Amino acid sequence: MDVFLWVIVPYLCLATFVVGHFWRYRYDKFGWTTRSSQLYEDRLLRLGSPLFHFGMLGVVGGHVLGLLVPQSWTDALGVSHETYHVVAVIGGLVAGLMAVVGMAILIYRRRTVGPVFSATTVMDKVMYAFLAVVIVLGMWNTIAGSILTVGGEYNYREGVSVWYRSFLAFQPDASLMADAPIGFQLHALVAFGLFALWPFTRLVHVFSAPVGYLTRPYIVYRSRDPKLGSRRQRRGWERVG
Amino acid sequence: MRVMAQMAMVMNLDKCIGCHTCSVTCKQAWTNRTGTEYVWFNNVETRPGQGYPRRYEDQEEWRGGWELNKRGRLALKAGGRLRKLATIFSNPKMPSIQDYYEPWTYDYATLTDAPAQEHTPVARPKSLISGKDMKIEWSSNWDDNLGGSAATALNDPVLRKVSDQVRMEFEQTFMFYLPRICEHCLNPSCAASCPSGAIYKRTEDGVVLVDQDRCRGWRMCVSGCPYKKVYFNHRTGKAEKCTFCFPRVEVGLPTVCAETCVGRLRYIGLVLYDADRVLAAASTPDEHDLYEAQRSVLLDPNDPEVVREAERAGIPHDWVRAAQRSPVHALINTYKVALPLHPEYRTMPMVWYIPPLSPVVDVVRDTGEDAEDSGNLFAAIDALRIPVEYLAELFTAGDVAPVERVLKRLAAMRAYMRDINLGRDPDASIPASVGMEEEQVYDMYRLLALAKYDERYVIPPAHAEQAHSLEEIATECALDYEGGPGMSGPFGEGSGALTPIAVENFQMLQDRQTADSLAAPADKTARVNLLNWDGKGSPRGLFPPRPDDAGSPEHPDGADQR
Ligand code: SF4
Ligand code: SF4
Repeated sequence: MDVFLWVIVPYLCLATFVVGHFWRYRYDKFGWTTRSSQLYEDRLLRLGSPLFHFGMLGVVGGHVLGLLVPQSWTDALGVSHETYHVVAVIGGLVAGLMAVVGMAILIYRRRTVGPVFSATTVMDKVMYAFLAVVIVLGMWNTIAGSILTVGGEYNYREGVSVWYRSFLAFQPDASLMADAPIGFQLHALVAFGLFALWPFTRLVHVFSAPVGYLTRPYIVYRSRDPKLGSRRQRRGWERVG
Repeated sequence: MRVMAQMAMVMNLDKCIGCHTCSVTCKQAWTNRTGTEYVWFNNVETRPGQGYPRRYEDQEEWRGGWELNKRGRLALKAGGRLRKLATIFSNPKMPSIQDYYEPWTYDYATLTDAPAQEHTPVARPKSLISGKDMKIEWSSNWDDNLGGSAATALNDPVLRKVSDQVRMEFEQTFMFYLPRICEHCLNPSCAASCPSGAIYKRTEDGVVLVDQDRCRGWRMCVSGCPYKKVYFNHRTGKAEKCTFCFPRVEVGLPTVCAETCVGRLRYIGLVLYDADRVLAAASTPDEHDLYEAQRSVLLDPNDPEVVREAERAGIPHDWVRAAQRSPVHALINTYKVALPLHPEYRTMPMVWYIPPLSPVVDVVRDTGEDAEDSGNLFAAIDALRIPVEYLAELFTAGDVAPVERVLKRLAAMRAYMRDINLGRDPDASIPASVGMEEEQVYDMYRLLALAKYDERYVIPPAHAEQAHSLEEIATECALDYEGGPGMSGPFGEGSGALTPIAVENFQMLQDRQTADSLAAPADKTARVNLLNWDGKGSPRGLFPPRPDDAGSPEHPDGADQR
């Protein structure tokens, strides 16, 4: 069972994530978009969307730190366990709260604003459900696990994080996860579910974060695409020069 | 010198009768789909009026286009790259659907479906956005012909710039139509605003296009364009804009709006310009100099040096020849009667306008004077400050001198040609008074008044070898295209692989023939939208099913079964 949950399922999800993106990009560039609904409604979005997105950026940054940076590294830097803990909890709380509040506003908006709701696809709803559960579980782990220490203290940097790195190194150690508190287990499982869904939802827009904008020239010039015209060129009739 | 070719348009506003044919044909060709109900790539505004979307010209509010920053350098008015990325999660300057208008249809079915009742059933307006009943309060041309303008015209940002006292007087005396499409700017701020780099200017003909495969729906172009001519398709989540009908223009056909224009007032042709000078011209410090700066970027296609450089830049010879015959070049640079729309946005727009003289003529005629007499007209142009100032706000950033010059040239043409038409001796002093030769005036008259089809449109096909196939709306395209047409992928409307435009339209038409449920065509079996029916065949749902369809055999001769 442990192997199934903490080896097979995660790898299946990871594979879906990677192959799914590849496939979607190959076959559905046109559908690759944020599907923004700002045109319908602006007031709530103006509040909720930046809150959520900036919160999520913080959350993702926190996860990178927590999961990918081994405890030994911060130890070597002379960061004590307590300092790390305090920074992580405060950072996590702030970012997490932003994300939760933002998400609440966005979901409220999606449900109550008629045009937005009718533009919501089934995939969106599934995605929202997963996203919400993951975020709420994550918040629960932070609050209950690290602050209130419900069910005893748990140092995820010696458990979950190590498992995650072993998972990424393709030498997964299922026992580490099996020993983690149920909150962390659920959070991880649902998150993997979300990863598997990812390429088939609007979440793909994450991978088109337009950082290239910072360096490219303002005006883009391109040659005409012969495929786009009303008829394609006949073989042997390609333009010369 | 780096010569580039630009496909450009000139509209002769004197001839626009405000019939909206251009808008309607354009819409039928390009935006008759769900998601683009509110989108008019071509719209016709009554001026003075608020325009579409409402008050789009108020750049202090919308912050579209470019401005000079403190160091005198050209910068996006809405803020630079970092600022764009910081506000990417919610574009602060994005117009809402209410700023355009909430599109609607009528629930026509109740007219025929309603059971017998005391009161006549009515077709209620239904929002195409939410599908609910709605109250119609605004549309893309709500203030058409100054309708309701007493209440709303004061919101016209251009009118506000013209002095206060004379406003009402102005409204009573002056009105004209302003058809607008995307300007296919030389310095497009929509492209500069796009974080994904999806909007590009084609090197061959300067047409500005949105790459639908690269657009990620960040919406920065919508707010970046000062003319508000990029639209957000709310179903596909992508930006769309006027394409200068490139599939038509590529085979030498004029755009749909130009082809169908009732007033025959649109001119399409090439201009050659020096790409190296665009930035400097757009950065001209004094707004009043922008018109001249923009004109000076355009090159004289008859200059041997320009021709040489053009060929060196890879512009085909037939294109250079077309540029030499271009009516657009003639109107802008030879006769100098065409002016750019809002040069102060510094995007270097490439759809130019000949300002209307007719309001001046009307005033003169109303006074009982001779409205064809150059002296009377000149005096009126000088006297009618408000219309001239209004036009100047539109076309020359408020500088009245060029507008006056253009109007006088048009007036001179009228007066001079009247003598000829009446068999009198032409008066050479009239052209001379506006700095033109007699022959020039005649040629201009030919181009503006006679406006022959092949003089209005000088469009070199993109591929000379395809020029013969002018039927354009290819019938074989659906088969031509391998991979098969798949219009709706699993991720919402229109997702899936790239589809050539002709196939897309074909599919779209077929889809729309059999569906017109309100906002989302969820059940496509419903009814037939006759507006989109091309008259061929009988799409499913055109006729209600016969009651005994299942059992009885068809009557071979179509005899009815009463
Ligand atoms: S008018 Fe057209 S080319 Fe110019 S900025 Fe707007 S959308 Fe871009
Ligand atoms: S079709 Fe021509 S005359 Fe009619 S509104 Fe359009 S531009 Fe004006």
